Order: sequence, then structure tokens, then C-alpha cells
Amino acid sequence: MTVTEFDSYRPPEPPRKRRRGGKGRRRGAGGADGSREMPMVPEPEFTSYYGRPVVKAPPWENPIAVYFVLGGVAGGSSLLALGAQLADLPELRRNSRISAVAAAGVGAIALVTDLGRPERFLNMLRTIKLTSPMSLGSWILAAFSTGAGVAAVSEVDRMTDCRAPLGPLRKVLRAAEHPAGVVAAVFAAPLAAYTAVLLSDTAVPTWNAAREDLPFVFVSSAALASGGLGIITTSVSQARPARALAVLGAAGDLVATQVMERRMDPVAAEPLHEGGPGQTLRWSRRLVAVGGLGALLGGGNRIVAAASGAALLAGSALTRFGVLHAGLNSAADPRYTIEPQKRRLAARRRAGITHDSITTAG
Amino acid sequence: MRQLTEAPDHIAHHEHPRKGFFTDTSICIGCKACEVACKEWNRNPHDSAFELLESSYDNTGSLGADTWRHVAFVEQSGQQIEQARESGRALVSLGMPGIGPPASRPSSAAPGIVPSDTASSDTTPPDTPEFRWLMSSDVCKHCTNAGCLDVCPTGALFRTEFGTVVVQDDVCNGCGTCVAGCPFGVIERRSDGIVAPKTERDFTPGEQAATRNVGVAQKCTLCYDRMVDDQTPACAQACPTTSIKYGDREEMVATARQRVAELQTQGMSEARLYGANDFDGVGGTGSVFLLLDEPEVYGLPPDPRVPTADLPQMFKRAGIAAAGMLAATAVAFVAGGRR
Repeated sequence: MTVTEFDSYRPPEPPRKRRRGGKGRRRGAGGADGSREMPMVPEPEFTSYYGRPVVKAPPWENPIAVYFVLGGVAGGSSLLALGAQLADLPELRRNSRISAVAAAGVGAIALVTDLGRPERFLNMLRTIKLTSPMSLGSWILAAFSTGAGVAAVSEVDRMTDCRAPLGPLRKVLRAAEHPAGVVAAVFAAPLAAYTAVLLSDTAVPTWNAAREDLPFVFVSSAALASGGLGIITTSVSQARPARALAVLGAAGDLVATQVMERRMDPVAAEPLHEGGPGQTLRWSRRLVAVGGLGALLGGGNRIVAAASGAALLAGSALTRFGVLHAGLNSAADPRYTIEPQKRRLAARRRAGITHDSITTAG
Repeated sequence: MRQLTEAPDHIAHHEHPRKGFFTDTSICIGCKACEVACKEWNRNPHDSAFELLESSYDNTGSLGADTWRHVAFVEQSGQQIEQARESGRALVSLGMPGIGPPASRPSSAAPGIVPSDTASSDTTPPDTPEFRWLMSSDVCKHCTNAGCLDVCPTGALFRTEFGTVVVQDDVCNGCGTCVAGCPFGVIERRSDGIVAPKTERDFTPGEQAATRNVGVAQKCTLCYDRMVDDQTPACAQACPTTSIKYGDREEMVATARQRVAELQTQGMSEARLYGANDFDGVGGTGSVFLLLDEPEVYGLPPDPRVPTADLPQMFKRAGIAAAGMLAATAVAFVAGGRR
């Protein structure tokens, strides 16, 4: 199409090459010489303010994901420790108790480093607030760590042949260790599950859209990670429950992830499949599947068991990193906020519900 | 849920009516006096290296820890104006609550025929049919059901006696949960990376006051410190066109309804209110806006919903998941416990 008379001086345009299904080529990127077709009209049904985000991503970085992983490991390990305590498996009990308190300790440090004012971390225990998953989680973590700490101190004392000069306190410690293990186990599952609520109880589109099923993904991930750690640390003869937990967790994780992604809003689920987080989550699924199979079939061999356990731990970690970063990405692109909201608003209007819109004619 | 959350009608003392803003964007001229007044009064640091965003006359970008008033600027074509009028008419025909415009409005006479709206009426304001500029001063909404307030673990965010939501700087430990909890993307954690002294721009070399409240969540306080002295917030005080109005929230909503009806009788069917409905996803906002297009055009969410509304269900699902984890452990010991 000629617009001005000066166009007649142009050399003839080369025939356009049709590129269909060119993988990896993003549309919207016009050629630097202007020869490629550029979309002149933005995608329909989606307007935003210069593509700037509507909601803000929280200032949560990798330490938060590390905390999610370790919180899950700690919770699962203390459940294993309680089971071993009841089933009389001393090696599994010892290793699980120590794993639990170590994971909770390092996780708490990771949590504190991600605060804007780490020196004020104790303010987390300033109130108990039922509407704040972060507040409840802090109390869960505090209660869990107390129980797990007492149980682990007793184990360490036994490992060091009672060399620490505890005197009469040793009797108290021995009497308290089993009740303390029960206390830790009571708060273990909430510790593994609340982090999912912490993510979902936000305006971040992907996390919020996953609210129905994210807890199931997180507890499965916690179970497989703690089981995996159990089969790494504990000899084959005593690690059978840990193996079983790892296999159950891996199966649960693969199923729960599928169910979650299917039940989510399709647009809000996109960040789980795209880019770095998508890659991370794909690798997490592979590692969980391989580790789960390894634990199921080769768990009788210490080397295979340890390798499977490592794969499971890595898979669990990648799950949390992937979910964290998918959510952060979803907050950065206004499309994930605006499109699902517009769709649900239109659906309500079609259903005749018109009283609850924030935009009104008068 | 309202029993659990700190909604404005849920506070102990009632000697003050709930205060709020009404931002009438139809008379905003985009001068940014509100932004400047806000920064000066609250001593907020500048939030960029004086960069140009190269998208419009708005070089502030968005609300944030250092920007508590943000003037949006949009240029629209004739086609987009028509779309805005269309969507505004669709809102009226839905029969929304509050039923603003009087029954005699002319736009109802000719639905579907687009140009007759402005052509047939004598009271039509001067209009440029080819394009228009939208300017809107955005601010914290001070929601009835505030997401940031609900998820704050320390109690640093609280509901004031004026029904507004304010951060206690000395309590907040910067966990950042409120940033994610806000459906409007208002509150943010202040970082210290971008407030270094600008030696090349600063005319008084030497000392620069240290930035306050680094690392804690910051947002509009509706000038709480001014309100307790019966002063108008800095932005409303500075606004030269009275686009930003401040007063009792009920009064603001009534003013907003009156104004939108007035505009609609003048043929501006694109006029609509944002946040005046107490039944919306955040229970109505303390800051009410009159917009001239869909909210997302101004960077506002079209259907915000406070995440806390779904929290009981989330806890239920998490409880089931936790029970499942206990059951799986039990099964693991029954299946694997035999030696």
C-alpha cells in the first residue's frame, strides 16, 4: 500500500517469508530494519496502564524458598521421629530428630534474613493474629522448634555419651524428650502446610489461583523431602518407613501438582509453565519421579537409596523455588491480574449478579 | 469474617466519622501538585534517578513505598473514547446499586446510536472527539476490608480512629506480607538502594538527611498526623482544581454519586465510580474515584478481592492436607515398620 508519493522511490519489497509455528520466536518483536511485520494492535480484551503491574510482588527472594523447603523437611522429619519413637527404631528417631531441628534452625535464619529489618524478627511474636498466616506460622515455627529442640538435645546428649555436665537436669531432659517429640509432631504438619496458605492468601495471581490445591502440593513435597533425607541418613534396615513416606510423598506430589494446574484459572496457571519457573518445575517433577521410583525399587541398596533421597530433596527444593518465582512473575505482568478478574466479573454479570462490582454507574 | 478482621465498623471508639478521599478525575489537570505536596509533607525520598519513563507525561510510574500519590496520564484515540462510553452505558444498563443518574438522562433515550449522545445536548462540555487525555491521581484506597492489614503478622498496620489504615514504622519488621496482600499494589517495602545523594543535582553539597524507615512497609497514611489536628491531607490541600476532595467518607460517596449523575446527564456516559460500592470485593474503599474509562486503563484492578475473604476455605484445605500428611506417615510406618 502506498501512502505517499515518496514511496515510489523505494526498491520493491522482498516477498514476505511466512514463519508458521516458529518455536521460541516471540511475536511482537519487529525486525530492526522494519522488514518484518509488526503487530500494530495490542491483544484484544486486555488493556493495562502501559503494561505496568497492577499488584506488587512481595520482596521475597530465594531465602523464603529455602525456608519453605526446610520447613517442610523439618515437619516431615519430626513426624518420622515420632513414628520411630513409637515403633522403637532408635537410629531413625535420632537422625530424624536432629534433621528436624537443624532444618528448622537454618530455615528460621533464612526467614529472618529476608526481613527488611532482621533485628526486629521477634516482633513476629508480638500478637497472635488469626487472619495473618505469617503470624500463625511464626507461632507454629516457635512451638515446633521448642519441641524439636528439646528432643534433639536429648539425642545429642546420648550421642556424646552423656559427657555434658547436665547433672540433675539430665533426668528432666530424658523425661521431657518424648513429650517434646509429640509436641513437635503436633505442629509438624501445620508447619509444612501453612506456607501454602501464606502464599495463597495474597493478591499475587498465580498463588491466589492455586489456593485450593497448593497445600496438598506442599505437604506432599514435605513428605517426600523428609523421607528422602531419612533414607540418606539412616541405614537401610531402619529406613523402611522413611522410604515408604518418600514414595507416598512423591506419588502425592505428582498427582497434586497435576490436579492443581488443571483446576487453576488457565491464565493464572501460565507462569507455572513458562520461562525459568516452568523449567524449574519440570525438573522438579522429573527428579521427584526418578527419586520416588529409586526409593521404591532400589531402596534396599544404601547407595541407590542415598541417590534417590538426594533426587527427592532436590526435587522438593525446585518445587518451592518454581512456585515462588512463578508467583513473582505473575505479579510483574498485569495480564495475569486483569484478565482473570475481568473474566470472573463478566461471568458474574452474565449470571445476573451485578451488586458486587467495584465499578458502578452511580 | 468481618468479626475476625479489623473492618472500620469494628473498632472500639466511634467519636470520629470515617474519613476518605473523593478523587474526581474528570477535573484533574495532571499538574502533580498532589505528588509534590505528599512527598514534601511526608518527607518521602525520591524514587528514581530522575529518569524519564518514555511512555507518557507520567514519569512517576506507580504508587510505591516512596510515592503515595501517583498521577496517571493516558492519551486515548477517538475509538477508545467510544469504547469507554460504550462500557459506561453497559454499566448503567446493569442497574447497579445506588442507581445514580436520574431517570430523565438523555443517554437512555438512544441506546446504541453512539454520536447522538453528545450532539443532541446543549449542556455538552467542550469535547475533542479525536483524542483525549485522562489524568487521575491514584492513592491508597484505605479499604473497608484491607488485605494488608489482615495479613500483617506484627500488628504494625492498624485501623485508626478515622477508619484509615496506617503503618507503625517502629513496629514493622519488613516481612513484606502486606505487599503481596494488597489487591491494588499500593503498599511496598522501602529499600535504600535508590536514595543515594544526587551530587550532580543537589545544590547544597554536604549533608543529606538520612532516609527514614528503610526496610519497612510504607504507604499513604491519609496524613494521619494532619488529621489529628483537623487539617486536610497535604494532597487535597494542594490540589488546585479540587479534583482531590477530602472529608467524611459518607459525604464523599454522596458527592461522588451526585457528580457522576451530573456528568451522565451531560452526556458523558463514560463516567463511573470506583470504590463507592460497599458490596464489592474489598467492602468499599475509603478513597472513592470517579473514572472516565475502565479501571484497568488507569492501572487499577477491575475486580479486586481481599484475599482474606477466602482464608477460611484456605485454612480448611490446609487442614485436610495436614491430616493427609499425618495419615501418610501412619501408613508409612504400618507398611514399612515391619522388620
